[in-house]
Amino acid sequence: MPAISLHLVAFYAFAAIAVVASLLVVGQRNPMHSVMLLIVSFGALSGLYVLLDAPFTAVTQIIVYAGAIMVLFLFVVMLLNAHTEDEMVPVALGPHGMKIAVVLSIALAGEAVWAFSRISTSVFSTDPGVTGPISSVARIGIGIFTTHAFAFEVTSILILVAMVGAVVIARREP
Amino acid sequence: MPAFINPTVIAHLVLIFAVMNMLVLSSAFMVWMERKVCAYIQDRVGPNRVGFEGLLQPFADVFKLLLKEELMPKAADKFLFVIAPIISVTAALTAFSVIPFGTQITLFGLLDPPLRLEVTDVNVGILVVFAITSMGVYGIVLAGWSSNSKYSLLGGLRSAAQMISYEISYGLALASVVMLAGSLSLREIVMNQSGYWWHLIPRWYVFLQPLGFLIFFTAGVAETNRAPFDFPEAEQELVAGYHTEYSSMSFGLFFLAEYVNMVTVSAVATSLYLGGWLGPFLPDWLGWIWFLIKTLALLFFYVWMRWTLPRYRYDQLMEFGWKYLLPVAIVNLVITAALVIWLG
Repeated sequence: MPAISLHLVAFYAFAAIAVVASLLVVGQRNPMHSVMLLIVSFGALSGLYVLLDAPFTAVTQIIVYAGAIMVLFLFVVMLLNAHTEDEMVPVALGPHGMKIAVVLSIALAGEAVWAFSRISTSVFSTDPGVTGPISSVARIGIGIFTTHAFAFEVTSILILVAMVGAVVIARREP
Repeated sequence: MPAFINPTVIAHLVLIFAVMNMLVLSSAFMVWMERKVCAYIQDRVGPNRVGFEGLLQPFADVFKLLLKEELMPKAADKFLFVIAPIISVTAALTAFSVIPFGTQITLFGLLDPPLRLEVTDVNVGILVVFAITSMGVYGIVLAGWSSNSKYSLLGGLRSAAQMISYEISYGLALASVVMLAGSLSLREIVMNQSGYWWHLIPRWYVFLQPLGFLIFFTAGVAETNRAPFDFPEAEQELVAGYHTEYSSMSFGLFFLAEYVNMVTVSAVATSLYLGGWLGPFLPDWLGWIWFLIKTLALLFFYVWMRWTLPRYRYDQLMEFGWKYLLPVAIVNLVITAALVIWLG
């Protein structure tokens, strides 16, 4: 019997919280509850990062996703004052719509399982040459600004374009 | 005796217990100080009946709150309404856990290895403080929303907008210090400030980053919803803002969270800019006294400011945050970065 380490228990606890909270996000009628559950899910993910010896990634996850982006989500939900979602109207799918939807979902699930099974586990194994915490801030910084500089800059331009777009859309007509 | 019961573990548990109780007690003390300072600023005497100079007044207030009836609006979202003050207090108390408030002590040789005066040393400590304080917003926003009252909702909305706006300047001011220190660990940042220039001026970052300190403290005041930025609970406009519908101890918890947050911001400012526990005259292991003195001075400034400055208007707050504070913070960051590279 393998020794049940605290590490393993924590991993399963965080993983379970993340999965259950994510499922509940979709199941909520009240968008406010969905947002809160999503934050719980992000918190659990951040716990998993800590277990992976990546405290910087964990804290960034909390600051960026749980701290900044979700506050904006909450803000929008509160401003729209959408208390509950309307009851779903199955008529919109048509008489055969449900059946088609079920077939498509099963196909999608099958594809997902097939795709995941093709990924060899070696992708996820740790690089033996790497020692120490993988997320030493200096290493992340050097990685971003040397090896991945192009991707980093492209992402920043993408975000800038999205920002300009949002401003243009939100601007009142003169 | 099981292996996990040893002096180190016990000392840590005692330390955690002590820190938590000190935080709660400090908020009681802050309430007293606020009332006293306010009274003297307004040429009154302030509370002086319960205990010496009214020192026990906050405890009397808490007992009163505990005995009050807990009310909840009928249309409130029950779960979120109950959990909101809990989130606020938890975030406020947790944020302090990574702040070092002294060097290590051996308790006259009793402890081996010596005990470091902080709950936990995380190598990304300063970011942890930042992350946890940003979680505190949820308490306020949820309280505002779940109360189902227009004053609460407006208070919650204002708070969310205010905190997002000022968090950016707060983060940029932090980044400047991190660049100077070359570390994210609060203990290392403090240790980098040891020593003197010309045997006279302590090497505190406040002298290298005067602008950064101002930005940090201004943003900190806005983050903790204190006057002159106390819009989430602007009495004249919003009754009591996000906690209008709260009563009894759940109201008390919001109060506690606000004061603990003030203590945390002051403690972080002390660590980042004022050299933490470093100071002259005292032996190393009594450094926490310097930490207390510096934090207390900043807290006094907080209170002083509240009773001196009038509240801004909401649009002025937003304009100040985005059009003045943020650009200044960015310029400060760029100049710091350039100097750090230039001077090595």
